Amino acid sequence: MGVEGIGARVPRKEDKRFITGKGRYTDDMSVAGMCKAAFVRSPHAHAKIAGIDTAAAEKMPGVIAVLTGGQLKEDGIGDIICGWMIHSKDGSPMNMGANPALAVDTARHVGQAVAVVIAETQAQAREAADAVNVNWQELPAVASADAALAAGAPQIHENAPNNLIYDWEIGDAAAADAAIAGAAHVTKLEISNNRLVPNAMEPRAALADYNAAEDHYTLWTTSQNPHVARLVLSAFYQVAPEHKLRVIAPDVGGGFGSKIYIYPEEIVCLWASKKAGVPVKWTADRTEAFLTDAHGRDHITTAEMAFDANNKMIGLKVDTIANFGAYMSLFSSAVPTYLYATLLSGQYVIPAIHCNVRAVYTNTTPVDAYRGAGRPEACYVMERLVETAARELGVSPAELRRANFVGEFPYQTPVIMAYDAGDFDASLNAAMAGADYAGFAGRKAEAEARGKLRGIGMACYIEACGIAPSQAVGSLGAGVGLWESAEVRVNPVGTIEVLTGSHSHGQGHETTFAQLVAERLGVGLDSVQIVHGDTDKVQFGMGTYGSRSGAVGMSAISKAIDKVEAKAKKIAAHLMEAAEGDIEIADGEVRVAGTDKKLGWHEVCLAAYTAHNLPEGMEPGLKEGAFYDPANFTFPAGCYICEVEVDPGTGHTDIVQFVAADDFGRIINPMIVEGQVHGGVVQGIGQALLEGCQYDPETGQLVTATYNDYPMPRADDVPSFDVSTTETLCPNNPLGIKGCGEAGAIGSPPAVINAITDAIGNNDLTMPATAEKVWRALSASAVAQAAE
Amino acid sequence: MIEVNITVNGEARTAEVPPETTLLTLLRDWGLTGTKLGCDEGDCGACTVLLDGMSVNGCLVLAGRANGCSVSTVEGLSVDGRLHPLQEAFEQHASLQCGFCGPGILMSAKELLDANPSASKSEIRIALSGNLCRCTGYVKIIDAVAEAGAKMAAHGGQSNG
Repeated sequence: MGVEGIGARVPRKEDKRFITGKGRYTDDMSVAGMCKAAFVRSPHAHAKIAGIDTAAAEKMPGVIAVLTGGQLKEDGIGDIICGWMIHSKDGSPMNMGANPALAVDTARHVGQAVAVVIAETQAQAREAADAVNVNWQELPAVASADAALAAGAPQIHENAPNNLIYDWEIGDAAAADAAIAGAAHVTKLEISNNRLVPNAMEPRAALADYNAAEDHYTLWTTSQNPHVARLVLSAFYQVAPEHKLRVIAPDVGGGFGSKIYIYPEEIVCLWASKKAGVPVKWTADRTEAFLTDAHGRDHITTAEMAFDANNKMIGLKVDTIANFGAYMSLFSSAVPTYLYATLLSGQYVIPAIHCNVRAVYTNTTPVDAYRGAGRPEACYVMERLVETAARELGVSPAELRRANFVGEFPYQTPVIMAYDAGDFDASLNAAMAGADYAGFAGRKAEAEARGKLRGIGMACYIEACGIAPSQAVGSLGAGVGLWESAEVRVNPVGTIEVLTGSHSHGQGHETTFAQLVAERLGVGLDSVQIVHGDTDKVQFGMGTYGSRSGAVGMSAISKAIDKVEAKAKKIAAHLMEAAEGDIEIADGEVRVAGTDKKLGWHEVCLAAYTAHNLPEGMEPGLKEGAFYDPANFTFPAGCYICEVEVDPGTGHTDIVQFVAADDFGRIINPMIVEGQVHGGVVQGIGQALLEGCQYDPETGQLVTATYNDYPMPRADDVPSFDVSTTETLCPNNPLGIKGCGEAGAIGSPPAVINAITDAIGNNDLTMPATAEKVWRALSASAVAQAAE
Repeated sequence: MIEVNITVNGEARTAEVPPETTLLTLLRDWGLTGTKLGCDEGDCGACTVLLDGMSVNGCLVLAGRANGCSVSTVEGLSVDGRLHPLQEAFEQHASLQCGFCGPGILMSAKELLDANPSASKSEIRIALSGNLCRCTGYVKIIDAVAEAGAKMAAHGGQSNG
């Protein structure tokens, strides 16, 4: 490794602008004549729209236009799509209800947009939006998935009887049933996975500018995948033809999945910019973000794990109800199926697995992929089950896991995934050493002397990243291929621009990707510029989510570098009259191995562009592109160990130690990877201890729609962490990368809950484990003990 | 409309604004977009600036309230191109990820270290508890503030020298 190459802890190239306030986010952008949009939103969870009177609003100061769903429909703007087809087990396609960008007849969740006001200022737009008079006829609403399935529940979409979107299964039901019937021990749990709001700190925003003279649209937007946005806006919503639409996702202030999707506001701002004849900007306020950013999780699950007399896992049966909210968001259908149920083998050899998933409409905000997307839910099921089983069997949770680990690779699970590489013992051992697992009893006794209940819990997670082999996901229902593209442009002076279809919104791509170039082409980081997030500059790309940018995005860059390197070597060999195979590129020089012959990197690059002396038949220039389609998913895995102290008087939980040992494959910049783990773990701790959407079951109102009601982890809520890595390389991509973006949010919730339930001696505890819930669970276990 | 006169990062500025205009809106209208709007309710701290040296949520302070006052924003943190020790430490530790919360956190940290460059990590955590960050888990931010404080303490509390 060079000082700036693969493995180096170099500072991030993007930070200079962030620490000086010079980042450029969508809401920081202005164009001449720009007006503001304010949306009229449903105050009801379920209501007929009997009429919309815009007359008063239209007359208010500064108002340019008031536009409704009816006009949007008349203009032929298409409904919002779901991009992944899932079929029920009876072969029928999923029941997808129409999802217009502005509701026309019916609103199905609080916050759904029904009209938009365009005005000169934000205040004018908001005041006029308040003056739009919608004649609402309230309908009964339902907020939870199990209630929506019950007989007599309000029906949300006509084409989805009983609110059922699909009833899907994977695995072998008969084999799983047989394993359970013949088991020496069965552990059974009812598990809920709480609904979360992603809460990227930058609210969603869009600035749309239609240029009538050129019949061309520009959209600045808070997107994790601007090319996908352009494609969908064009091909499905018919807002603008693809070649006349430029989508720019500049600095984006966090995404965590919530900025993958193409939202109504982006469609409407583009459409309204042409309709009203002015550039239109919209920025969500925080309550709009709570009400309309796609939420995450919200599963209700029953799970049974069967063991033989030797404590070997022999079967697993899982039944899950997934709450999808009022509409199917872009990738919603894939989350509780191919991103969840396919990970239910965990790190273990389990011969028989079956999972059934029912996806359900409710009168709540749509749910889609949020950091981890299905994999946290799978890990939570598995690791709560294993920990509980160890307690029931009276064996060490660590050793029960170890005895059931997959030890040989590749390993084909019964639920599609083929694990390519890993060393689960190594991460377990590293975490146990880091946590001084053996010394826990002493720490527990010491805490008891201080009046605190100390508990320890672990979680061994595995996830599938590097999303994804296009052919494989196509066969599973995906509407797109999930490859990535890159172009490496070497300038005549030897500096390099890398154009990538990945998008950075906190991941540090401008640094990490440049480190790969520095390593391979022997130039300094300052000589490399990463270009992303603009459909005019980068031809196409699938964007950033599912921890795919290292494994897939960098692999595309690596392939393009291969081609650049090959051409540069041909030129250098020709210039120095040497054999191509003897040429080495390193440290800014191009050398003939074993001799003192060399040229500067910049001299070879210049020669490519002067073209005065190139090999016979070679085209001038030094610029290469590549598309990379992964051969398999990648499988990051690891072990997290959490120790907590609970105050028995209040139920308050302190996380006193958290140890993470992750196997992410090859790591490019350890400093950036540590940050990803820290952030992911804290989001997981947030889910475990603090966060959770509360809907009023009668009215469908989101009660937790501000930071006062939805607690986010703050600096004084969370500990520091002991973070380390073990390494097995991914054999399926050129760099051996597995991905690190989601692991923390996947492994930490079960580790925390396992620790708290250990501390209080009561396994009946749901997330978020607030002080009140922990105190009640503690009281219940004390009562139970007294009764024994 | 009301007239407001505010010294921002040492530079006198004047504006005529509707009385409901917040300091955050005015700063951003002046092109100082480093200060961010994250919630507009005083909960997230992305709009933190120093008003006469004291940290405030720019979204909760009316521009008129800042009349005659001195305001410091992230854009004024470095002097003559020399980064503030906090900025240097944030860069060296890769403390930020998406960067959106950074300007507010830097200003909260500046208020703390100006008063107490030797602040302990638990004091730093409490001082930053009004600033939400969703990306970083705060770890590298806390480390950087502690390091910047140590550097400032070594220079007698001075930041840019």
